[in-house]
Amino acid sequence: MITEIFQQIINGIALGSIYALIALGYTMVYGILRLINFAHGDIYMVGAYAGYFAITSFKWGIFPSFIFAMLICAILGMSIERFAYRPLRIRNAPRIAALTTAIGVSFLLENLGIIFWTPTPRAFPQVIPLKIYQGIYERFGIIVNNRQLVIISVAIALMLLLQFIVNKTKIGMAMRAVSFDRETAWMMGVNIDYVISFTFAIGSMLAAAGGVLVGIYFNRIDPLMGVMPGVKAFVAAVLGGIGIIPGAMVGGFILGIAEILVSAFIASSYRDAIAFAILIVILLVRPSGIFGVATREKV
Amino acid sequence: MKRAFLMLLVISLIFTGFTSAYGAETIKIGLIAPLTGPIATFGQSVEKGVRMAVDEINAKGGVLGMKIELFVEDNQAKAEESANIARKFIEQNKVVAILGPVISSNTLAAAPIAQQSKVPLLSPTATNPRVTQVGNYIFRACFVDDFQGTVMARFARTGLGKRSNTAAILYEKTSDYSIGLAKYFKETFINLGGKIVAEESFSSGDQDFSAQLTKIKGKNPDVLYVPSYYDTAGLIIKQARELGINVPILGGDGFDSPQLAELAGKENLKNCYFSGHFFAGSSAPQVKTFVANYKKRYNAVPDMLAALGYDAAYMLADAIKRAGKVDRDAIRDALANTKNLKLVTGTITLDESRNPQKSAVIIGFDSNGNQVYKATVNPPRK
Repeated sequence: MITEIFQQIINGIALGSIYALIALGYTMVYGILRLINFAHGDIYMVGAYAGYFAITSFKWGIFPSFIFAMLICAILGMSIERFAYRPLRIRNAPRIAALTTAIGVSFLLENLGIIFWTPTPRAFPQVIPLKIYQGIYERFGIIVNNRQLVIISVAIALMLLLQFIVNKTKIGMAMRAVSFDRETAWMMGVNIDYVISFTFAIGSMLAAAGGVLVGIYFNRIDPLMGVMPGVKAFVAAVLGGIGIIPGAMVGGFILGIAEILVSAFIASSYRDAIAFAILIVILLVRPSGIFGVATREKV
Repeated sequence: MKRAFLMLLVISLIFTGFTSAYGAETIKIGLIAPLTGPIATFGQSVEKGVRMAVDEINAKGGVLGMKIELFVEDNQAKAEESANIARKFIEQNKVVAILGPVISSNTLAAAPIAQQSKVPLLSPTATNPRVTQVGNYIFRACFVDDFQGTVMARFARTGLGKRSNTAAILYEKTSDYSIGLAKYFKETFINLGGKIVAEESFSSGDQDFSAQLTKIKGKNPDVLYVPSYYDTAGLIIKQARELGINVPILGGDGFDSPQLAELAGKENLKNCYFSGHFFAGSSAPQVKTFVANYKKRYNAVPDMLAALGYDAAYMLADAIKRAGKVDRDAIRDALANTKNLKLVTGTITLDESRNPQKSAVIIGFDSNGNQVYKATVNPPRK
């Protein structure tokens, strides 16, 4: 029984790190722009496909394919911002208009994916050979594999990198300034368009990294693969306190573990229902998320 | 204005003249199949089988001296699309009968529309018992899930090297097919003296099954039953093996796709078995001819969905011939009287609930993920 609980918690962390990986991009864009980029889950899907084609068609290794997927998505993210969100921002459109546009972009990407790549799922090439580690924890009978470890470490590394960019670099300072007060930042000579473009590029690269890793992890990609993880990652970001980078990480882990424990010890049929009920309760207690403090400066 | 109107009238007259003249010479049949979407190989195989049969029939002069005209539409494995296409076939294309849809939940959506309009609908592959209960215009060319579930439960108890005393089930709670198979497997397994130690479920679209599988592993079953289509079954088999579940994994005809090995990893298919309608390596003469012709035409080995699609088209052609006229009601009556019709997947005689009584084959895999014949199970005599 103890073994099973440990194993389930490990399963939960592995699932949670996938949510965390996607949630990081959500939360960063929100932190800077106060825009929920609903197309984020679909950029993640495009990233998975870009990685897939780099590996299968160009015969590239895992590392160049990874970079390729991130570059493609950075360009995609910046174009979406340039052609869909910026015109609204310039005209001072209400925030709901930007939100609706984001939903539109999301559907556009999904359907373009269906047209170009067909809705048929594809098996992702197994570029990271599977290693199962059982020996180390044999006493407990716990099983971990290297792909889970890769996902968890990449998620943590990207979170730290993001924290570093936002807090320690010049562009990060500009991002925080834009987030704090866009008008003033502009008057102080910050190139707002550039900063926002950069934010989208980084957010989309994170999504691409997630897409490729999840493709390898589950071995299956399809044009609608971003829908459910997108929603769950959004919830994870809100749960952690949207706009706060470590919050996305913690929110992802909590959601993943909650889902796994519910299906393990309550009933797998109620997995989503109970997991989300738990989230509602957490939000009732802490309305601005676990890390969210009303006075705290976001980002 | 007047002239334009006159022109329009003339054009429309010409068109209606053409279509009715054309329509009188062909027998229109519609095929609904998931040509794209999560289970696209199912639809593509059925379409290939049906097209091959229709071309063969037409090459031999058609039925009742008329050629069969086949309309094909893709439902993407969606229930609402299936209903829309059925409506379109009946109202716009004026088909005399519908073949398809392929999977049970799609067929359950299209069947009420066919039944209402009194158009015979023959699904090559929908195995859920409720399908033909929709009404007397609904038929199928395959066996039913209660038989399939029973066969695999029996196989689990006695067909594997070691007798299985305990079984775990992991099924999709949003699929009529999966729920049905799980139920019949469970009933039979318990009746045969076995014990179900875990019964877990998941939703369609889920990709992570680690929680359910870890729980199942803790219960230590002798066998795991996964009644699911290949797109999810592949992921489940892979994750089960990675978590160290090495017991036999059993499934239904939904496993039958070349993509199963891609998604599960061929090394993981060792010790996996499923119940099917047909085995391409069989030595029966009608199977040999079919496989040879199919290979010649498509350069691939037919799976059971292709065989069932092929058989369904022949079953319908046979009924139209016996009906003696291209009339929906007459075709329905003839279909209901299908008796001792020798086809690729077996000899078909429909019972009073319009279900064929046919034998099932049990198929396993070799180390390269290729299908291997295991056993044939005949239906219980009534």
